[in-house]
Amino acid sequence: MSKSVIEMPPKGGFSFDLCKRNEMLAKKGVSPPSFRKTGTTIVGLIFQDGVILGADTRATEGPIVCDKNCEKIHYMAPNIYCCGAGTAADTEAVTDMVSSQLQLHRYHTGRESRVVTALTLLKRHLFNYQGYVSAALVLGGVDVTGPHLHTIYPHGSTDTLPFATMGSGSLAAMAVFESKYKEGLTRDEGIKLVTEAICSGIFNDLGSGSNVDICVITKGGKEYLRNHLQPNPRTYTSSKGYSFPKKTEVLLTKITPLKEKVEIIEGGDAMEE
Amino acid sequence: MASKQPENSLLGPEADSQRTLYPNVTGTSVVALKYKDGILMAADMGGSYGSTLRYKNVERMKAIGKHSLLGASGEISDFQEILRYLDDLILYDNMWDDGNSLGPKEVHNYLTRLMYNRRNKFNPLWNSLVLGGIKNGEKYLGTVSMIGVNFEDDHVATGFGNHLARPILRQEWHENLSFEDGVRLLEKCMRVLLYRDRSAINKLQIAKITEEGMTISQPYSLKTYWEFSAFENPTQGAVGSW
Repeated sequence: MSKSVIEMPPKGGFSFDLCKRNEMLAKKGVSPPSFRKTGTTIVGLIFQDGVILGADTRATEGPIVCDKNCEKIHYMAPNIYCCGAGTAADTEAVTDMVSSQLQLHRYHTGRESRVVTALTLLKRHLFNYQGYVSAALVLGGVDVTGPHLHTIYPHGSTDTLPFATMGSGSLAAMAVFESKYKEGLTRDEGIKLVTEAICSGIFNDLGSGSNVDICVITKGGKEYLRNHLQPNPRTYTSSKGYSFPKKTEVLLTKITPLKEKVEIIEGGDAMEE
Repeated sequence: MASKQPENSLLGPEADSQRTLYPNVTGTSVVALKYKDGILMAADMGGSYGSTLRYKNVERMKAIGKHSLLGASGEISDFQEILRYLDDLILYDNMWDDGNSLGPKEVHNYLTRLMYNRRNKFNPLWNSLVLGGIKNGEKYLGTVSMIGVNFEDDHVATGFGNHLARPILRQEWHENLSFEDGVRLLEKCMRVLLYRDRSAINKLQIAKITEEGMTISQPYSLKTYWEFSAFENPTQGAVGSW
């Protein structure tokens, strides 16, 4: 029995094969599994000499904080960095992928990468997957044409802005930006404003927390300030470590080994394959 | 065999005409804070009919009795109904003529009971209310939502104001703000709301309630700045993006 249809290799992009089945299931009352949204506050700001990116460091799995100090500012190129909000796996994978593509492109052209290149590669990929790659990104960098800051939404649309916020804490951070942003900020003013915006997200949004990461990119180079501010330190840690209350008196010490000691013989027989 | 639902239930499809399913004409956020002499509250004057800005002269803040000020967001008709209920309440209280009058705490409690009981009957008054006032030197500022969630705080906001104004207030509010500082802080919050809330309009009123009484300002508009050079030609250096 031969197949009449020639098997074509998948061309990439979103496959709509299961959509009819999903529609049928939805009519029968079966709801699709919901996406775990990882809360975040990420911001970007253009200042006098370049771009400043900021992010909080909390990664959540539903209601639980699974990583108290994760890195949300991803490397794309020596002069381009990208903050990611949304599903952590998606932001990691997509920024890694485009970072490698940019590296190959640099080898091919022999030139420094441009921010619009990273932008186009990212948005083409995300649009191809019709929003199912849940990555909301703030892309910033300085190239030969100057400093640039872009936001990229999961469906593939982009905005070019002087200041931008994304993630669940974006409204809290945007409130700070809208009231305090002005043109021609210096480096220190810019870092202070970005820190304030991230702190606003950390303290007013439940999906964001822990520390503030900052990345300053200028024509001269980049400065990655990991944990620039730590406004949530552990309190009440005892410096002495754990100790028993003083009233416990030691009367007798007897140690009984439960297992025989294991002897390690150097140069023993190799394991059989 | 007993019927599955009693005849007067509000939950079947036929009963949809007897309960509120969705709001029609809505007001957007209200922001309020305690200051040195009493309470300051700000709300814009817009009444949206879905995505159309239908009414631009809606007063969403009203005085209640001698000591309280009520601001509402959500369905405007339900706000007007609440005002009628409160009118009856204040009238009844005045008829006692005993020299005592309902303070903000009492009115807030009444509103909480009203909203919660309507919610229990699956026929809510679709509003988020802000109730502020001062009686015998004691300042009071509380809020009630359409499901009956109520609490009292130094600064409150409804709707979008919770996300955009509360972070600013948490950072910059302090005890014993002067009147000018309070107004400046409220205007800061309202400006951010104007920039980022699509149903906000640039025509707002600020109401003040102190021991002397309640005054509400004439409608005015905030100064906004749209001239950042980076917004004028955003894709200048980034050929190919938009």
